[in-house]
Amino acid sequence: MIAVVIIIVALLLLLIVGFIAIFNGLVSKRNRVDNAWHQIDVQLKRRFDLIPNLVETVKGYAAHEKEVFEKVTQARAMVTQAGSVGQRAQAEGMITEALKTLFAVAENYPDLKANQNFLMLQEELSGTESKIAFARQFYNDSVMVYDNARQKFPGNIVAGMFSGKFPDKEYFEIEAPAERETPKVQF
Amino acid sequence: MKTGIYEQIAANKWKSALLVSLFMAVVVALGFFVGYLFSYRSGSLGGAVTGLIIASVIAVIMALVSYYKSDSAALMMSGAREITREEYPYLVNTVEGLAIAAGLPTPRVYVIDTDAMNAFATGRDPQHASIAVTRGLLERCNRLELEGVIAHEMSHIKNYDIRLMCMVVVLVGFVVIASELFLRMFIWGGIGGGRRRSGDGGGEGGIIYLALLVIGLVFLILSPIFAQLLQLSISRRREYLADASGAMLTRYPEGLASALEKLTVEARPFPHASKATAHLFIVQPFRKEGMQKHPERSSIWDTHPPVMERIRRLRAMASMDGMFNQAMMEARLQQ
Repeated sequence: MIAVVIIIVALLLLLIVGFIAIFNGLVSKRNRVDNAWHQIDVQLKRRFDLIPNLVETVKGYAAHEKEVFEKVTQARAMVTQAGSVGQRAQAEGMITEALKTLFAVAENYPDLKANQNFLMLQEELSGTESKIAFARQFYNDSVMVYDNARQKFPGNIVAGMFSGKFPDKEYFEIEAPAERETPKVQF
Repeated sequence: MKTGIYEQIAANKWKSALLVSLFMAVVVALGFFVGYLFSYRSGSLGGAVTGLIIASVIAVIMALVSYYKSDSAALMMSGAREITREEYPYLVNTVEGLAIAAGLPTPRVYVIDTDAMNAFATGRDPQHASIAVTRGLLERCNRLELEGVIAHEMSHIKNYDIRLMCMVVVLVGFVVIASELFLRMFIWGGIGGGRRRSGDGGGEGGIIYLALLVIGLVFLILSPIFAQLLQLSISRRREYLADASGAMLTRYPEGLASALEKLTVEARPFPHASKATAHLFIVQPFRKEGMQKHPERSSIWDTHPPVMERIRRLRAMASMDGMFNQAMMEARLQQ
């Protein structure tokens, strides 16, 4: 009789320990997804802050390329005004495009390309550009690990019991490496 | 990839602990033995206990040094210098980017001032990691190639390869130096003891001679075993694994493949190359012109798999094309 009670208690304890482990695993995976999301923001903010400086430097050499500057400034303004996540993503995409045009235009100005400040900004921006891509990639990886933990047995049972605590997370569209390639800086 | 990253991490931590235990056991046993030999005529175990205590202290100190300081030792031996963002913005940005991709804290960045093209990572865990890159590699690799190399090193950091590989540097280095020291004492002691024996008819000199003989022999036997352990800990699988997970980080296997090709075809001698640190590097370094290995062949003494085979495997990953992302995701599932 006592043996049976001990076995039942031991099994219950095992179940509780397992439950706690799975729950905590889910929480840390969800937090990693959130953290990864903020990582993207950090890099986007960094790019956002670098732009005025870049525009000023390029203006000093190519003041008449008004179209390009407008495009960049416009895209930057759209980011600040963006309401939803979708709008924001679209605006960020526009910045990427506008910066590509800006750097392509800069190719026509040898003096500008020799400017130390410009070279530094170009390196910072292309570095930040790849960091944005890497941050998105890490975010996607984190979402996948989180989804697996949520959907596979026995995690799905725990996740189901606390469905409000473990919401769906969206994937970012994966960019091809070729798109990530930004204008090269030659040393 | 059959083994998930967590199994790899657990195996590396376990092997590191085993390495330290083995090392401490050997040193303590030797201390006891030496102490015993030096005092066995007195009939007490006093000498043996003293030897045991001294050896234990040495073993603990060496173990702590290997855990906390082996990264500095490896960096110093390779002539690496810590750099700032202002000096090498390009390199620092690349390292930061891949740290983000791997979800790790940014390692400290070092540059080795040489024309040779090579790189290595070191440290005891991802929170205390460093990456060192040679100037030659920075000058001759493009961004995607550099990303490939850094991603390979980042994988070594993530897998805890760095802890094991680095502790090997100090612990094996200590055993090799001690073994050489004892062997030399054995040779000199042998001559000295012999002279004394002919002078006053044996005694103290003979015992010391015997002790040194035994220690010398033990180390003589142990050194190759330790060397073998070193080889095992470096196993080629580790490099293939770091190549594959590195390619997963950049999502572009061709970057690392073409970097490896450059590193081999345009290889330059690396003046700081040493047997103690060779296994840390991304490709096997060599000290003098003409010492480099043939890239297709391999021998059991190589610390790395043949480069051509590594490139072939990376290109095979890349040629899966659209399947590549899918395959990588599948591999990641095992995390």
